Amino acid sequence: MTLSLDIRHQRDAFTLDVQVQAPEGVTALFGRSGAGKTSVVNAVAGLLRPQSGQISVNGHSLFDSAKGIDLPTHKRGLGYVFQDARLFPHLSVRANLTYGTRFAQSRPGPSTEDVCTLLDITPLLNRRPATLSGGEQQRVAIGRALLARPRLLLLDEPLAALDTHRKTEILPYLERLRDQLGLPMLYVSHSVAEIARLATTVIVLDQGRVVQAGAAETVLSDPQMVRQLGVRQAGALVPAHVIQHHADGLSELEISAGRLFLPRMDLPAGARTRVRILAQDVMLATQPPQGLSALNILPATVLSLKPGEGPGVICQLRFGQDLLLARITRRSAQALDLQPGRQVFAVIKSVSVDPVDVGRG
Amino acid sequence: MTLGIADWFGPAEWQAIALSLRVAVVATLLSLPLGVLAGYALARWQFPGKQLLNGLIHLPLVLPPVVTGYLLLITFGPQGPGGRLLDNLFGLSLAFRWTGAVLAAAIMAFPLMVRAIRLAIDAVDPRLEQAASTLGAPRAWVFVTVTLPLILPGLIAGAILAFAKAMGEFGATITFVSNIPGQTQTLPSAVYAFLQVPGGEPAALRLVLVSVLVSMTALLLSEILARRTAHK
Repeated sequence: MTLSLDIRHQRDAFTLDVQVQAPEGVTALFGRSGAGKTSVVNAVAGLLRPQSGQISVNGHSLFDSAKGIDLPTHKRGLGYVFQDARLFPHLSVRANLTYGTRFAQSRPGPSTEDVCTLLDITPLLNRRPATLSGGEQQRVAIGRALLARPRLLLLDEPLAALDTHRKTEILPYLERLRDQLGLPMLYVSHSVAEIARLATTVIVLDQGRVVQAGAAETVLSDPQMVRQLGVRQAGALVPAHVIQHHADGLSELEISAGRLFLPRMDLPAGARTRVRILAQDVMLATQPPQGLSALNILPATVLSLKPGEGPGVICQLRFGQDLLLARITRRSAQALDLQPGRQVFAVIKSVSVDPVDVGRG
Repeated sequence: MTLGIADWFGPAEWQAIALSLRVAVVATLLSLPLGVLAGYALARWQFPGKQLLNGLIHLPLVLPPVVTGYLLLITFGPQGPGGRLLDNLFGLSLAFRWTGAVLAAAIMAFPLMVRAIRLAIDAVDPRLEQAASTLGAPRAWVFVTVTLPLILPGLIAGAILAFAKAMGEFGATITFVSNIPGQTQTLPSAVYAFLQVPGGEPAALRLVLVSVLVSMTALLLSEILARRTAHK
C-alpha cells in the first residue's frame, strides 16, 4: 500500500473517522465540501494533527498516536499542491521551483529540466509569480512540489480555482505525471469529471466517513453512489482503445461491449483510454431500434434498478465486461418491464461524450 | 570666510548630536531581534499571558516618561536588583552612563518597533509558510527565506521609527541617567540645558532644527515602506 491511513479527529460538531488504503496510482478523495477531504490530506501532510490513529506511506510511519510518532511536515517527504498555487511572491519562478530541492538530495526524482519540459514552464523561469496566469501559476506549483521529490503527491482541488479552459489545459499534465513518472497521488476533488479522468482508486467521503472505496470503474458505476455524485454527474467509466479515425470526423473505439463511435479524439490509433458515459445520456430499448439517428446501439443486461427521489430510476447494466448506468423514468421502466436479467439495447448518442471526459487510461 | 558644516554647531552641540546618534543606533540594533521575536509571538502564537505581554510592551507608550525613567532607576540603578545583577555578571553599569540612555531609549521606542513588525507579520499569509514546510524546509529556514523577506519593508519601517523615537527620547532618559554633557546629554537634553542658560537660545534652535529634520525624514521613510508592505 502506498498510503495507509486510519485516523479519528473531533472538531466542534464534526467528527472525522477515516480509513484509507491507497494502492499505486492516483487515489481520488471525493465528497461534497465539508465532507472532510482537506482534513484528511492535511493530516497526511502533517498540517493537522489527528487526535488518534496512524498514517504511513510506503510502510514508513508518519504519524502513530499509540507509538507517539508525529513527524513534522518538513520531514515527511511529501509534495503538496494547494488549490491556490501559494507561490512565494518575492521569488522568481526558478527560485520557487528549486525551493525544495536542497532538502531532497538523497531521494531519486526528476531534474529541474525534466520537470520544466513536462509542464512546459521553461519560458516562465525568470518571471515573477504575480505576472503569471492562474493556469501557469498552478503548473509552477505542481513543478515545485515535484522537485521536492515526494514519495506521494498530495493535490487538494488543484483545478477548482481555474476556469474550464485552464482546467483542460492542466489535466493532460496531471495525466503525464501519472503515466510518465508513475508518481502516486492523493487527489482531492468534488468534480466527477476530473476523477473519472485521473483516478485509479476512488474513495468517497461523506460527513467525515468513508462511504465507498474501490477501483474508479466500480465506484463510479455503482448506483448507490448516484446520490453522492449528483444525478447529472453519475456515469460509468468504460475502458476503451482507439481502432481508427474516420474521414467524417468520427473516431472508432473498441470497448468490451462492441464498437463505439465518438467525435474525433486527439489520440493515435491503438491508444488506450477510458470513456465516461453519463447515465443521463443513455437510453434503453428492448428491441434493436430502427431508423434512429444515434450511432451507438449496444447490447446490455439489466443488473439492478434503483429508484431516485424524483420520477427517475438509475439502471445498472452489464455492458460487455464493464458496467453501464442509465437514467430513465420510472414510467419507462414499467412500460418496458425492465427486470434484473432482462436483455436490452443501450442507445448512446455519440456526441454526448464530452471530450474533457476522455482521458488516457 | 567659508563656513563648513562642522562650523554650524558648537562643540557641545556636536557632542549632543553624536551621542544621540550613537544611543539611537545602538538602541535600535539591540532591540531589533527582540522586536521581531515579540512581533512574531504577538502575531502568530497563542500562549497564556499574551495580553499581559502585549500590555507590558505597550506600557511605555502611555506611561508618563518620567515614571518609566523612575522605574528604570529603581530597577537598574546601582542599588536596584537589575543593576546589581548586570554589575556582578558583566561589570556593566547603566546608571548615569550612556549605556543607560540606550536602555531608556530602547524601552521607549520598543512599542513603535513591535507594532510595525507585528502589522507586517499579520500581512504575511501563513499558508505560504505551510507551503514552504511541505517542500521540506525546517521552521527556521522558512522564517529566513519566506517570512523575513516578506516583512522586510515593515521591519525597516519599524526600525526607522524606533530610531527616530530613540533620537528624541527625553523624559525617561533624563530621569534615569540625568543630563551629563558628553556622558548622557542627548540632543533633547541639550536643548533643555541650552534653554536654561541666558543666550543659549540660538544653539537650542539649531538643535531643534536637526531634531525636526531627523524626525520628518524618518516618518516619511517609514510611511513609504509601510505602504509598500501593505500593497503586497
